[in-house]
Amino acid sequence: TSADYSSCRCQRCYSVRYLRERGMTGHMKRLIAMSAGASMLGRQIVHSDSHHGSLYSRPFIESFEETPMLVAVLTYMGYGILTIFGYLRDFLRHWKIERCHIAREREVQKDFVPLYQDFENFYTRNLYMRIRDNWNRPICSVPGAKMDLMERASHDYNWTFEYTGRVVQDVINLGSYNYLGFAENTGPCADSAAEVTMKYGVGVASTRQETGNLDRHEEMEKLVAKFLGVESAMAFGMGFATNSMNIPALAGKGCLILSDELNHASLVLGARLSGSIIRVFKHNNMQSLEKLLREAIVHGQPRTHRPWKKILIVVEGIYSMEGSIVHLPEVIALKKHYRAYLYLDEAHSIGALGPRGRGVVDYFGLDPCDVDVMMGTFTKSFGAAGGYIAGKRELIEYLRSHSHSAVYATSMSPPVVEQIITSMKCIMGEDGTAIGRERVRQLAENTVYFRKRLREMGFIIYGNNDSPVIPMMLYMPAKIGAFGREMLKRNIGVVVVGFPATPIIESRARFCISAAHTKDMLNRALSVISEVGDLLQLKYSRHRIQPSLARPFDDNVYEDIDD
Amino acid sequence: MASGQQWVLVEMVQAFYEAPAYHLILEGILILWIIRLLFSKTYKLHETYKLTEKEKEDLIEEWQPEPLVPPVSKDHPSLNYDIVTGPPSHKIIINGKECTNFASFNFLGLLDNERVKQKALASLKKYGVGTCGPRGFYGTFDVHLELESRLARFMKTEEAIIYSYGFATIASAIPAYSKRGDIIFVDEAACFSIQKGLQASRSFIKYFKHNDMEDLERLLKEQELEDQRNPRKARVTRKFIVVEGLYINTADICPLPELVELKYKYKVRIFLEESLSFGVLGEHGRGVTEHYGVNIDDIDLISANMENAVASIGGFCCGRSFVIDHQRLSGQGYCFSASLPPMLAAAAIEALNIMEEDPDIFAVLRKKCKHVYKALQGTPGLKLVGVPFAPALHLQLERSSGSRDSDMQLLRSLVDYCLEGQVALTLARYLEKEERFLPPPSIRVVVTIEQTEEDIQKLVSCIQEAVSANLK
Repeated sequence: TSADYSSCRCQRCYSVRYLRERGMTGHMKRLIAMSAGASMLGRQIVHSDSHHGSLYSRPFIESFEETPMLVAVLTYMGYGILTIFGYLRDFLRHWKIERCHIAREREVQKDFVPLYQDFENFYTRNLYMRIRDNWNRPICSVPGAKMDLMERASHDYNWTFEYTGRVVQDVINLGSYNYLGFAENTGPCADSAAEVTMKYGVGVASTRQETGNLDRHEEMEKLVAKFLGVESAMAFGMGFATNSMNIPALAGKGCLILSDELNHASLVLGARLSGSIIRVFKHNNMQSLEKLLREAIVHGQPRTHRPWKKILIVVEGIYSMEGSIVHLPEVIALKKHYRAYLYLDEAHSIGALGPRGRGVVDYFGLDPCDVDVMMGTFTKSFGAAGGYIAGKRELIEYLRSHSHSAVYATSMSPPVVEQIITSMKCIMGEDGTAIGRERVRQLAENTVYFRKRLREMGFIIYGNNDSPVIPMMLYMPAKIGAFGREMLKRNIGVVVVGFPATPIIESRARFCISAAHTKDMLNRALSVISEVGDLLQLKYSRHRIQPSLARPFDDNVYEDIDD
Repeated sequence: MASGQQWVLVEMVQAFYEAPAYHLILEGILILWIIRLLFSKTYKLHETYKLTEKEKEDLIEEWQPEPLVPPVSKDHPSLNYDIVTGPPSHKIIINGKECTNFASFNFLGLLDNERVKQKALASLKKYGVGTCGPRGFYGTFDVHLELESRLARFMKTEEAIIYSYGFATIASAIPAYSKRGDIIFVDEAACFSIQKGLQASRSFIKYFKHNDMEDLERLLKEQELEDQRNPRKARVTRKFIVVEGLYINTADICPLPELVELKYKYKVRIFLEESLSFGVLGEHGRGVTEHYGVNIDDIDLISANMENAVASIGGFCCGRSFVIDHQRLSGQGYCFSASLPPMLAAAAIEALNIMEEDPDIFAVLRKKCKHVYKALQGTPGLKLVGVPFAPALHLQLERSSGSRDSDMQLLRSLVDYCLEGQVALTLARYLEKEERFLPPPSIRVVVTIEQTEEDIQKLVSCIQEAVSANLK
């Protein structure tokens, strides 16, 4: 039925055939034999040229090493101990033995229904508060490759912070989504944004449909469409709202939304607001998606069994907590076969993937017209703010007349628009330089290098080899705080995340690689990570790759598909 | 979602150890009983419905979805936007025509204020444009902290929190507190972002008639009776009243003192949306609370955007720390979105400076509002909607033709006529199918302190000419 799959010999390609046969092919056996110790392999997905000609044009390697059993047990124990102490502390607070720092309800409103349920904040109070200093660290410079942090101190175990007035200078920034290094306060982008600020001011004070449709907005949208290679595009003032306010315009009652389980909160909110039925498929699992598609079409809507009006598959380009890349060729094959529509959120992948920086579609060398709704943000690679939706002319015309944002939300600030225009032109090479192209290449090089080195050191790294979002597993709750602090002590700013952003035992640190990082910075960061990794015993990986000089770094990652 | 389940799992395991022996035995028996039930022979109705693979393939082959979006006709009234060249300040160039601006919500004229621009520029030179991250992950800048404390100080509240998008502010704030099962009493005229917040909260929504306190009290009484019937449920059902200060859809003000009275009588919290009244009403521009002299602590949460009077981008919520701080982990638009570009925050700070230094501008604005209101009152064929001190009024048709589309067309022709006469007005735009209570079609008239006596005179004469040329 789905011809695209039938020739594939790869078992890990979640195909129709796989669903039916469930046999182990020779390729898989070889794969296992190669990675001596198959049981240690959590999830590894390999697609490559040799056996998958039609779908993947270059090797697609993604791994999620299994959590070691001992680590899992210790992690649960950690949470157990924290929970027990949490109850103890709550008990002490209740009887006023321990001083309570939580802001209190006003006396006059004490007899109102409590605004928060008692348990609701247990986690915040007893777990998050202990390591709160790892988040919301205020910065006072450009969020570039290096940044300056305002020094904070807490004298009451993180309940309140005090700014010491000192500045921690030149912290290597592995946290900001500055993939192409366009977070800059000098250079052509900043200069033209400055010019526009003086000409236009920063506000617009009206909506697109009323008197907030500036000529700059129209110019930017044309450029975005050209950049993505689609007919038309529309931009919105906030990336989050681009999803949450436009999905309801595309799907409604009687429609089905198939959503990846790890989709961003904005996509989930948009889907909920739309009033459609939502079904969730396993992360990047094409079998799961296909099963849902088949069942949906065969059985129709719940209870009434009427056929669905339409089915919208919602996926992301790069998943920001997993570092994985969507299996787009397969998703497109499935959507074509089942006549569903595809909504692709490229928040992290636009600019950061593909030989020309045009996102995941470019990365796989696919036709952008096969994606019905291309969504992305300007916050990350472009160093601006806001989001866009691009696609066929009819789609954008419909949004222009029916999008919540266009009708009710103030349009984008002119200097922000200008930043988008100049940075995008730079990536496209329309500014007459090769700077943009060089940055895209540099990012790819940095990414591969950083991932490879981390793996060699024995850390468990999640995600795709080409993804500049690099999650490194910490697992234990105590190590979340320790890692963040130890790294900052050594002047490196990292993002650490735990529950509820990740599954409870899969706490992790996340590095975001930028084209602005120099080799020196990366090496410095790597040696510090290794040092802290030894200190905190984070080198969990059980199939460590030996660093080999025989395989020097491939400078031309994109050589094979460069035009 | 999976993580939540695992969390429950931990609790389950704990519960298992804590349970007494007889309990475990009983549960064991129950589990065995369930297994028996599962495997015992029963009617299996479903089997008769089982489809063969072939049938399934046919069904899949047959299914034809609707197009992703319905086609939009080329002359759809909201498809072709007016194009503004240059800044939308006091003088605005719409579709190539220079006009006096009566359409942008730039009440205090801060949009092209030189001081504001300079501050924004200085910030741009220091921080660049974007923040490249959410507040939690190195997206908090010193400027954000400063703006938050300045807003709190300006409003005389304990704490303020900023959002990067005005629309998302109240739409995120409501679901941060009100959850499934809670009850929200809301005015029928509430703006669209409130409606979206209500929808996202999945709470039980009760609409009361616009500004009708008797109707609200009726609903509150009903609820009180309901609560008495089911006190256990009532103990955990949070109740909120959501109102706007100045309603953007009707240009009138909420009766706040009465609302506060009802709040304490029925123990309901008040959320107040002040996007139109912040920086407009009150002696110091603090909004409706100052206008009525209501203690701001009596309002549980105030939200406003910084896109109208402040003429920047973004929004904020303020109130007591007990309430506001919760949004730092639960406000979706706050946690999951990139933070406000520092230059926009810097512009907002400077706007606050100007507002604090020179509170007279609010008196000037009020005077202008009253003047415009008086001048437009009694325009033949048109009905002026709003209160005299509202800076964004509505002009509706006195007699509707009966069809919304033709009314819109008629009003559009008035707007076009005024554009020709170099007065920029705009139709108030709504999503007709999505609004809970769709306001009648209207022309928006926005008052700013930059408009001179002559400008207003010109507006009035333009509208009158337009009416006599188009309305028969």
